[in-house]
Amino acid sequence: MGELSRPTLEVVDLKIRFGGILALDEVSLRIDPGEVVAIIGPNGAGKTTLFNAVCGFVRPDSGRINYRGEPLLGTAPHRLARLGIARTLQGLGLWPGLTVQENVVAGSRVRPGLLPSLLALPSSDRIEAELASKAHEILDRLGIAGHTRAYPGTLPYGVQKRVIIARALMAEPSLLLLDEPVSGLSAQDIDELAALIKQLRARMCVAVVEHHLDFVMAISDRVIVLNLGRVIASGTPKEIRDDPQVATAYLGEDVKSPEASSDA
Amino acid sequence: MVAVQSRLDRLVRPTFGRHLLFALGAAVVLLLLSSQIGAYDDYNLTAVAIFAVAAAGLNLLTGLNGQLSLGHGALMAIGAYTASLLLKDHHQFPVIVVLLAAVLSTGVIGIGFGYAAARLRGPYLAGATLTLAVAIPQVATRYKSIFGGESGLTVAPSSPPDWLGADFPPERWLAWIAFAAAIVTMVLLANLLRGAPGRAFKAVRDNEAAAALAGINVARTQVLAFVVSAACAGLAGALLAYWTGVTAPAGFTLALSLQLITAIVIGGLGSLAGAVWGSLVLVFVPLLTSGMASRLSLPSSVADNLPLAIYGCILVIAMLVAPHGIQGALRRILAYGRARWGNTPGGGQKGVVDWDDPAPDT
Ligand SMILES: Nc1ncnc2c1ncn2[C@@H]1O[C@H](COP(=O)(O)OP(=O)(O)OP(=O)(O)O)[C@@H](O)[C@H]1O
Ligand SMILES: [Mg+2]
Repeated sequence: MGELSRPTLEVVDLKIRFGGILALDEVSLRIDPGEVVAIIGPNGAGKTTLFNAVCGFVRPDSGRINYRGEPLLGTAPHRLARLGIARTLQGLGLWPGLTVQENVVAGSRVRPGLLPSLLALPSSDRIEAELASKAHEILDRLGIAGHTRAYPGTLPYGVQKRVIIARALMAEPSLLLLDEPVSGLSAQDIDELAALIKQLRARMCVAVVEHHLDFVMAISDRVIVLNLGRVIASGTPKEIRDDPQVATAYLGEDVKSPEASSDA
Repeated sequence: MVAVQSRLDRLVRPTFGRHLLFALGAAVVLLLLSSQIGAYDDYNLTAVAIFAVAAAGLNLLTGLNGQLSLGHGALMAIGAYTASLLLKDHHQFPVIVVLLAAVLSTGVIGIGFGYAAARLRGPYLAGATLTLAVAIPQVATRYKSIFGGESGLTVAPSSPPDWLGADFPPERWLAWIAFAAAIVTMVLLANLLRGAPGRAFKAVRDNEAAAALAGINVARTQVLAFVVSAACAGLAGALLAYWTGVTAPAGFTLALSLQLITAIVIGGLGSLAGAVWGSLVLVFVPLLTSGMASRLSLPSSVADNLPLAIYGCILVIAMLVAPHGIQGALRRILAYGRARWGNTPGGGQKGVVDWDDPAPDT
């Protein structure tokens, strides 16, 4: 059927302009099933904008985005979860007014309908119970099952970052977009997340935007380098490490200002 | 003993059973209470129930979904006028029909305003709903032949059914109606809030982008919150029509909307119990302060304004002492008690006060 050769995500000649800034300039890339792809580049390179375009938060001036062969542009953001796309936001993006458990459960694609909820029908109780146990399973796998009843604001940053990933996993996505998942994390947390992503790849494609290069090199099959809205290089982690153009555009700068983009 | 325990468990475990049990408990308490007190207190408790319905709806919208509305007084007016139009010229309709008609009409109008509100944020939303608050009473004044102008519409009271006896006080009958309406409202809202809709309301309030990425339709969720909230306001309006016996524009000024906001802030934003506390404050504190003022023999220029001044002071002090409202303070005390005297079920989080949560069972 060609199912396997069809890219999970295909971006073609994407162009996005914000006033005078050309945030993305003729960007083309593809992510194939089972791949872990890292997208790197200096601050303001357009990495988050690329994710925003995929998720329908910004409308490109030109270009195409296909997901499993179907055009994605014009799809409302809230429909992506149903299609199998999950994304975490740069920074946090948890809901402080919901407990950890509720934060994760709300990530599910399945949820009781309005009427069953309003009338508290047994069916809604049953679905809620299933969701709660699934959320618990995921939290357990991420090693934070002890925090289910806490509110995110009371927890260490590292735990909160895991909750965000747990929420994305709750949707059982086929494409997972992570925007700076390890910024602000300890070395040990970073290693654990790298191990997790390696496990996930059997079940989903992962695209990671990240500044932490050791992490990027450890997890990715392929690295795409953006600079000033353009793809300047693409290849295996080793190829990227050895690419002189990347070194001047990005790596050199990164050495001078390590972790320049950690979140406020 | 074990059998009883497990049967009780089976009854209470499902949300429906738990909320129904709570409703029956509240009904019994209110029934007993209302037959112990006089007509005047029944009359005041009816007002509490009416305000509680409207405030609970507003709390869902503002406290849980983050949409501020200055127009809930006007939505109550829509419910009140729906009821009054049905009941004018001594028409008799069953109470339940009148109340449902008010819920329906306000809910439908709520859909329209909900769509507009979903596009607006913060001060723009406040401005738009303020327009509603100002415009609705104007409509009633302008179309005098339908709405009776400034003097309003008289409402035929609902008389107690015969089986309650000939001398059953009508105040108590109306109190029962209001209690029943309030309990049903609270149970339905509690059902909503503890499930997926409640999570969606809060998720949209806390972070819209993250909510959308989790598959929550942000606009639809905001419209839903507005509609449910409007329906509550409509129900409260219809009850208010019965309570006052006359529906006139002067009863639905901006002050009414502000009172409802006061109720949810004082009671506790985002909790159903908070709406009840706030309504108790709204009804009984002014009565208390005017009672105090009338007992002192003061010149009328002072005596007339003193109650309001004291009321204002009480509200200010309440906000200083309990910034998260009465419900927030109660939870803090409860959490403190648990921490102090052990008995922490399931390793409760120390220092975590979930004043944000609906707590129908408290
Ligand atoms: N909504 C917007 N309106 C105007 N300009 C924007 C908007 N979003 C992004 N930009 C601009 O587009 C450029 C690319 O921003 P983007 O957030 O995609 O960078 P990034 O690669 O994610 O950077 P960082 O590593 O700092 O997160 C920047 O110059 C930014 O100021
Ligand atoms: Mg970014």
